[in-house]
Formats: sequence, structure tokens, C-alpha cells
Amino acid sequence: MAFFDIYLLEALINGILLGGVFALLSLGLNLIFGVIDVVWICYAELIMLGMYGMYFVYSVYHAPFAVAAVTCIAGVAVLGVILHVLVIAPLLGAAPINQLLATGGVLFFLQSAATVMFGIEFKNLGLRLPVLKAAGMFISYARLLAFAAALVGMVLVYLFLSRTYTGAAIRAIAQDRQIMTLMGVDTRRIYLITSALGGALAGLAACLLVLLYDVHPFVGLSFGPIIFLICVLGGLGNLAGGFVAAFVFAEIISLGGLYLDLEWGYVFAFVFFIVMMCLRPEGLLPRRS
Amino acid sequence: MLELKGVRAGYGSFQALFDVSLEVREGEAVGVIGPNGAGKTTLMRVISGLIRPTAGSIVMEGVDLTAIAAHRIVGLGIAHVPESRRLFPRMTVEDNLKMGGFLPAARPKFRERLEVVYTLFPRLAERRRQLAGTMSGGEQQMCAIGRALMSDPKLLLLDEPSAGLAPVIVEQVFDLVTRLRAGGLNVLIVEQNVQQVLRVVDRAYLLKAGSIRTAGGAAELLDSDTIRAAYLGV
Amino acid sequence: MRRALPFIAGAALVALPFVYHAPYPLHILVMILIWSFAYTSWSMMGRFGLVSLGHGGFMGIGAYVTALLWNHAGVSPWIGIPLALVASGVLAVVVAYPCFRFRIIGHYFALVTLALSGIVLQVITATRDWTGGSLGYTPERYQGGSLLYALQFTSKATWYLIALGVWAAGLYVWRLVDRSMMRYALEAISEDEDGAAATGVHVTAEKLKITVLSAVMTALAGALYCQYQMFISPDTVSGIAISLQMVFAVVVGGIYVSLGPTVGAVITIMLAEVLRISFGTRAVGWDNLVYGVLLVIFIIFLPKGILGSLLDLKRPRAAATLTRSPARSA
Repeated sequence: MAFFDIYLLEALINGILLGGVFALLSLGLNLIFGVIDVVWICYAELIMLGMYGMYFVYSVYHAPFAVAAVTCIAGVAVLGVILHVLVIAPLLGAAPINQLLATGGVLFFLQSAATVMFGIEFKNLGLRLPVLKAAGMFISYARLLAFAAALVGMVLVYLFLSRTYTGAAIRAIAQDRQIMTLMGVDTRRIYLITSALGGALAGLAACLLVLLYDVHPFVGLSFGPIIFLICVLGGLGNLAGGFVAAFVFAEIISLGGLYLDLEWGYVFAFVFFIVMMCLRPEGLLPRRS
Repeated sequence: MLELKGVRAGYGSFQALFDVSLEVREGEAVGVIGPNGAGKTTLMRVISGLIRPTAGSIVMEGVDLTAIAAHRIVGLGIAHVPESRRLFPRMTVEDNLKMGGFLPAARPKFRERLEVVYTLFPRLAERRRQLAGTMSGGEQQMCAIGRALMSDPKLLLLDEPSAGLAPVIVEQVFDLVTRLRAGGLNVLIVEQNVQQVLRVVDRAYLLKAGSIRTAGGAAELLDSDTIRAAYLGV
Repeated sequence: MRRALPFIAGAALVALPFVYHAPYPLHILVMILIWSFAYTSWSMMGRFGLVSLGHGGFMGIGAYVTALLWNHAGVSPWIGIPLALVASGVLAVVVAYPCFRFRIIGHYFALVTLALSGIVLQVITATRDWTGGSLGYTPERYQGGSLLYALQFTSKATWYLIALGVWAAGLYVWRLVDRSMMRYALEAISEDEDGAAATGVHVTAEKLKITVLSAVMTALAGALYCQYQMFISPDTVSGIAISLQMVFAVVVGGIYVSLGPTVGAVITIMLAEVLRISFGTRAVGWDNLVYGVLLVIFIIFLPKGILGSLLDLKRPRAAATLTRSPARSA
């Protein structure tokens, strides 16, 4: 019985650690949706590019990890801004489904561009981080680091949103877009800042995920759909809802992977999602959309 | 201080304002009255930049408002309290006020302005951490006006301040306007409630179906038949 | 003369393989027909604003269920395909019913369907012992070549005619829906669900019907593809790339026109072939790259697609369009 419990506990803990990264990602997606009212379907692909960036800066050019991380975060932030300027901004007045499809086109493009530029082989950072052995459980140091970094990232975003004027503007624009100019807010600037922030969060996630997984052009497919499910369940645009949903999903995936192949964890998560949709259609934390 | 000449504006193919000209002089409080659908809210929006006029000029202290970006207009000293308040419902009172002080010029004076607003509205001070959406209509109106005051404006645009409020609260709101005037603030009020608005403004314009029909001193308009006719369509 | 045109064209299409035998062009035509059918199936939902980004999942189910039943249970595709259709129909109901019942529309619905196709992909990969996972899967070839029972034919001409028949049937179904009350109900729903419900439209039922129809047709396309190509893999029949490709093709071709998806298929297949011929194996990824860029450009500049925009030039349409912006309020 003790043997059984240890594995379960380990899975639970790993679920929490994974949840931290998911929460970070859902934060980015929710911010963008809340402010700009667009879903970046290609969000996971931005992360994929960030992971490739990490690979090249760290493994190919042999820069220290911290330098690589900063470059990655800044780089994906810039990508976010470029995405907004080239694709989102021209479509701000268009039907929402068009906006979705346009980001779908970008997804296509990024996956293929990565295939063409980097090839389809899996690439690894080659960084072997130790595994902690605690109380009979094996907790990967990489996961702990990812969780801690994600937590720090989220706290920083929280402080930014609650303490600064720009942060207040970001929160406000999600609630009433039209009157923002009355307060002297340049909505275009806020969109750009939010796009950069969303990109930066993706970049941070990329730094963390690259420690845990190999990178290849389609790696975004492994967690993209899950992030969307998390955000929809938590309520698109609802930061707190996404946060909670992230951990719930991460636990399901982690526990699902305990007894079966990892992929089944995703299936369970989807089934859970469907069931929750039936039980609680307004999302985990109710919020007017 | 504020001068509109020949302003036309509308929404798409629907024109709401036809050659509107009016002015607000230094030290004045001006009212714009008129029945429902006259274009009063459109007028406010075209001044504060929420919509752009298709013709005409709007000049504030020498600056042509139609030539600058909408979000710069508040920097010229015009603060707009929108129709139905439009507070940010899921932000606290204090955060709403903070948004009012978003202007870079207003930020250094944030604490000071906050004090002014809380002194004017002690109820807001009590509820500073309360979510704006959970307050009563009257409290929301106070918060909306307070938010506009945070940018230390020279001209306050009030769009139908009495809308949806109980008569007792409406009295309080217009008393407040009088107090603000005494403090040196210029006010342009757009309002359906003729009685209330004409007792606090110096002059008023009658707007009906997008055009100015009459203008005059508050006292004389209060007595005239034109107003009655305009409202009742007699 | 104009009324005779479709018949003349139809007769020409049917006669084609008897006159022109070259296998490669016939192969291209078969692919175009099968994919046109798949894209048309998608557009059955898409034209009413029910944009699904998960149809790759249904195609995958159609392909894999048929192949698995044949290989592991010896079940003829004549039975296997209907079973696959049922399976995809059931899945469509299971996913779509909660969505519609609880008013999950627009963005939300698209994201759910996106996740659906991702999950189907995961299931295919997870059951790799049965399905071969990402390496792909081959239905067992009947040694004799062609066998009606196995729905396998060596003659491209035969497949051409089958594909032509299915494609024509798809267009016919499209027309049936276009002229039915369902179409008006769905258009009303896409404009204003509450309003439609208030006039007595059973919103959930109507949406569910078209979704199941669309899913089942797409599954059929998947099954046909499997039987024709005799090789399927998660990326070629299912997954997000396929789902997006469907959307791309229909958007480019024209979403409100019956032949729009076919035009889209011609474009996508020809593009893929041109790239394959020019670049050889180095072309891997280039076609999707071009699709991606074109999709973005089309959405921004030509949201009604090529055919749709051309027809628009001929007669202005007042109908609701993909370009309709929410009212820009002051």
C-alpha cells in the first residue's frame, strides 16, 4: 500500500509542478483575449519557436543559460508584437472567426517554417538536471525550477497589473474598451504592450519547457489544445479561472499518465472538459464573458 | 474656451448632428437640453473624441480637437463623464479613480487629486476597496464624476447625470455641480431633466433632432414655451 | 444553353477516364475529388458560422476505423465504413451537444473542436500497438488486386468514377441543405440565436443535425482516402494541419458557394503537386508554409474567397458574410 501511495503522491506533485507552467501559459492567452479580444491559436507555436531559440543560443552558440533565457523571452515578446501588427491589427474590426482563422494560418506557417528551417528531428538542450530524491519520490529538478520560475513570472505579472497604470489600463480595457480614450489611454499602445507581454510569457514558458521536453516543429500540438481547453473552462479572459483550471488539468494529465501512456492523460483531460461543460457551462469561476 | 462651429456627426449613414454651433466661455456652466434622441449624447462624444465629426470645427482654447488623436483630448483639460456612468465594474473604486488619473500629467498629482475627490465624496472614501459594479446608482455617479475629476480638468462634460437615478440623488448630483462650479470648474451638461439643469447653469441650448433650436439664459428658458413645445412636440 | 452546361460538363467528366488513360493525372483528379468532398463536407457547417477546427478528427476516424476493422477483424469496408460513419456521428454528438446546449459558440466552439482533433491524434498515437501510431497504417492488400468486397481496386479509372460519384453526391447534399428550411433556420441562428429560438427554431437540434451531417460526410471522405491510398497516418488524415487545411481551402475557394470548396481543393492539390515536383523531398513543409501565408492574406484581403469574391463582382450580395463586422460603436 505504501508503494502505491508514493507513486500517487509523486504524480500529484508532478501535476502541481506542471500546473505552474500551464498556468503561466493560460495567463498569457487570457491576457491577450481579455484585452484584444482575439485568441492566438498559434500561441503554442510561438512557444515552439522560443524553444528552438533556446536550443540555438544555448546548445549551438554555447551562451550561458540565463543569457539564452533572456534572449528567448525578449525574442518571443518581439514576435508577439510582430504578430499583432501584421495579422491582428488589420483584422480588429473583422468577424471573430476571421481573426481565429488568421492566427490559424500563422500556426500553419510557423509549423512549416520550423520544419523547413530546422528539420523534423527532435532536438534536445542536452542539459541534464539532477533528480531530487525526497521521501522515496523522484522529483525532477527541472520541474521544480519550471514551477518556481512560472510562479515568479505570475507574481511579477500580478504586480504589474495591480500596481502600475499600464497594468490598470490593461485590466480596464478588458471591461470597457470604448471609454478608454476618455482617460487618455492610447488603445493601440495597450494592444502592443499586451502582445509583447503575451509573447514574453510564452518565451518564459519556452525556457522552462525546453528543460523538460525535446523540441520539434510540432511540439506545440502537445500542449496547445490543452491550454485552449484550460482557458475555455476557466472562462476566456478570466485570469483567476485559467489559473485554477490549469492546475486541475495538470493533475488529470499527471494522474492519467500514472497508469497509462501519457497520451491517455490528455484524453481524460478532454473527457473531463466535456463533462465540465455539461455540468458548469459558465466555466469554473463564473464571469460574464 | 470651447467652441463648436457647424459640427456634423453621425453613425455610419445615420446623421445625428446637423451644423451644431455652440460655445462654453470661461467661468461658465452651459446646458444642452432636449428630448430623447435629439443627439445630446452624440454631441458629448464628438467633443471628447469618441466619435469624429464629418464636418465642422471643435476648438478648445485654440486647439482644434478634430486634428488630434482622441486619447489626447483629455490632456487638453476636457473630462467626459459618460452616459450611464461606464465605470469599470470589476475594478475597485480606487482603481477606477486611478484610471481617471492615467494622464502622465496627472500622475504626479495623484495623491493630491485623490484627497480632493474623497473630500468631495466621503462615501467613496469609505468604499474605496469596493468593486465599482456593486455600488448603487448614486454612488456610481459619484465615482464616475470623481474619476473625471482625477485629471484636474478645466471643462467637465456631464452626459445625462440624472439618468436612472432617484430624485433625491439627482438633487444631490446637481448640488454637487453647483459646488464644483464654485470651485472654478467649467461645466457642459447635457440633460433631459430641464428643471434641474436650468437651475445650475448660466446658459443653455435646446437641441432637437440634431439641430440647435434656441439658446438663451437659464432663467428665460425656464419660463419659455419653446421648451415645452420641443419636449411635447406640441 | 446555360442550363445544359452542367449536364455537358457532367457527361464530360464521366467520360474522361475512358478517353484519357494516363494514371498520374487521373490520380490527381481522384485526390481532388476526394478532398473536394471533404472540404464540401466541412463547409456544410462552416457556411453557417459553425466553424470547426476539428474536422481532421472525423476524417481520421473514418480512415482508421475502416482500416482497423478490415485488418484486425476482417470486416469488409462495406460494413466498416458505415460503422466508421456511426462512430464519427456519435463523437460529433458527444462533443457538439454539450457545446450547443450550453451556448458554446464562436471562438469557444472553434477551440473545443481544435482540441478535439488534437485528442483524436493523441488517441491514434496512444494506441500505437493497434494503429501504428505516427508511423502510419496500411490496410491489408487483397492479393488479387481488385476486390469489391474489400473495396480495393487497382484501376484508377474505377476509383475516379467512385470519387466522382461521391463528390457529385456531396454537391447534391449541399444543394439539398441549401434549399431546405434547415438552411434558413441555421442562417437565422448564426445571426441571432435568441431571436431564432424565439421564432420557434430548435436551435440545438438544428445545429446538431448539420454538425452530424458534416462529420459523417467528412468521415466518409477519410474512409475513401484510406481505401484509395492504402496508407494512412495521423498527419495525412487527421490532426490540426488537416483541419486547418480544410478551412484554408474553403476560405480560398469560397465558403458560400457550392463549388467553392472544390475550387479550394484544386488549388491546394495543385499547389502541393507543383511544390513536390519542383522541390522533391525538400518540399516537406513548404506547402503548408504557403497555405499559412495565403490563409492569412486571404482572410485579411479576400475573406469571401476567390469564387465568392468573383461572384460578388457579378451580383452584389446583401446576405450575411464572414466579413460582417460587429457594429463599430462610438
